[in-house]
Amino acid sequence: MKNKEPIIRLLNLSKTFRGADNEVKALEDITLDIYAGEIFGIIGMSGAGKSTLVRCINFLEKPTKGTVIFDGQDLSTLTRSELYKVRQSMGMIFQQFNLLMQRTALGNICFPLEIAGWKKTEAEARAKELLELVGMADKADAYPAQLSGGQQQRVAIARALATNPKVLLCDEATSALDPSTTRGVLTLLKDINKRLGITIVVITHEMSVIEEICQRVTIIDNGRIAETGNVEEIFTKPKSVAARRLVFPEDKKIEQLMGSRCCRIVFDGNSSFEPIIATMVLEFRHTVNILFADTKNIDGQAFGQIVIQLPEAKSVADRMIGYLRSKGLTVEEVDGYV
Amino acid sequence: MFSPVVIKMIVRGLGETLYMTLLSTALAYVLGLPLGVILVITEKDGLCPNIYLNKILNVVINLTRSVPFLILLVAVLPLTRAIVGTTIGSSATVVPLVIAAAPFIARLVESSLKEVDIGVIEAAQSMGANPKEIIYKVLLPEALPSLIVGAAIAVTTILSYSAMAGFVGGRGLGTIAINYGYHRYQKDIMFITVALLVIVVQVLQEIGMKLAAVFDKRK
Repeated sequence: MKNKEPIIRLLNLSKTFRGADNEVKALEDITLDIYAGEIFGIIGMSGAGKSTLVRCINFLEKPTKGTVIFDGQDLSTLTRSELYKVRQSMGMIFQQFNLLMQRTALGNICFPLEIAGWKKTEAEARAKELLELVGMADKADAYPAQLSGGQQQRVAIARALATNPKVLLCDEATSALDPSTTRGVLTLLKDINKRLGITIVVITHEMSVIEEICQRVTIIDNGRIAETGNVEEIFTKPKSVAARRLVFPEDKKIEQLMGSRCCRIVFDGNSSFEPIIATMVLEFRHTVNILFADTKNIDGQAFGQIVIQLPEAKSVADRMIGYLRSKGLTVEEVDGYV
Repeated sequence: MFSPVVIKMIVRGLGETLYMTLLSTALAYVLGLPLGVILVITEKDGLCPNIYLNKILNVVINLTRSVPFLILLVAVLPLTRAIVGTTIGSSATVVPLVIAAAPFIARLVESSLKEVDIGVIEAAQSMGANPKEIIYKVLLPEALPSLIVGAAIAVTTILSYSAMAGFVGGRGLGTIAINYGYHRYQKDIMFITVALLVIVVQVLQEIGMKLAAVFDKRK
């Protein structure tokens, strides 16, 4: 954080959608400060209200209750044309990129500049500069349909930055992209934050995105704030249920870390009952996944079996099997324990 | 096969048909295009919601569209006389053609504009575009290929309406087909005029589709 000045303040924000005969409370009593220059994450399951929240920040959705203060201005007090002007200092990018399909990459970036009243030649020069910034200088004349998802998002980022906004709002900006493209786009956002000092608000349902670029994060659950804090803090000590559910999502992480090799360890009474797996993990500093365990302690001797999934690295897996055998255990490899 | 007199008559008929069709289409768009835009933006979730105006326009358009063209043709005769000064001839036919085609075009325009991705409109709003800028810089340009396809449909429909106007002295190929084929049983003349109408429809449709493809940057 470059300074401790909030550029966006949300005070007791609520948003209720009225249907024909029902009311949906999308947001309830949201109070939040986002500081100038930081990358701030808003995470939540789908339907938690995070997209509504980001649309309240630039008043695409008018909050039912509460106040949005952007750069010292209460947005609800502005006239329409003042609001249009303020929006020019808030860029936004979207999950589906939302580029104008009938305009080239260059034309798309010129769009917000035309709205801001730039001269055509100056707008084009600025657009070229931005294409350079996002690494798309050679695609100026390409239409969005000729670009990949990642490239389209880069153009969208350039477009959002065209009018030199103070804030960039990213609504699920990487959710439609594959993992490696996602990384590229996130790196670009981080770079832009560093180089231009622009405040970035990232809306996502993926913890990995928050982990990758955000400094602070708020967790939205059922339209309410569950927890707000530094990313490391929430990662290591999640306090709320919603935070824990996001940080430890059904062991998905472990599956990615683990290889497909599994082995069955049979305890036939030849070894003493000691925490053998835990000791091994500590010694090798690699985790294993216990898929199945059924052991008994009979008079200090271990009986039964444990099936574990070994780490991906072959050398580590091989040494682990050796280690277990050296402890007098019967170890057999099983392929894909079911 | 035909005497020079007949050929001259048919060529003139073709010219009149094209004149009626193209002029009517152009004038009908002057009315129908803004109507279509207003229909879209005054909707409940539109750019400038106005439920009452939207309802009224919908009713008026549906009423006009449900009157059969031949009835409309006769019903607006006083108006035609007031505007053109006469009720016969190709210029007189333009009046009922425009009245019949404008609401139809409004619907075509409405459906084309509704194809524009709501996300793109939202993006424009997020950049501070006002409704007018969104209409001129987003809605219409983004819907252009679809609007051209719509125009091809409109022009061919208006062409067939113009042929119907032949019954009340509207001139053009329709009048020739009715006078020679229907009233005098001269099947060869009727056949050639119908064939010409088919060709004109084909050509106009083809031009529309080609133009739409040229302007479509989505693939």
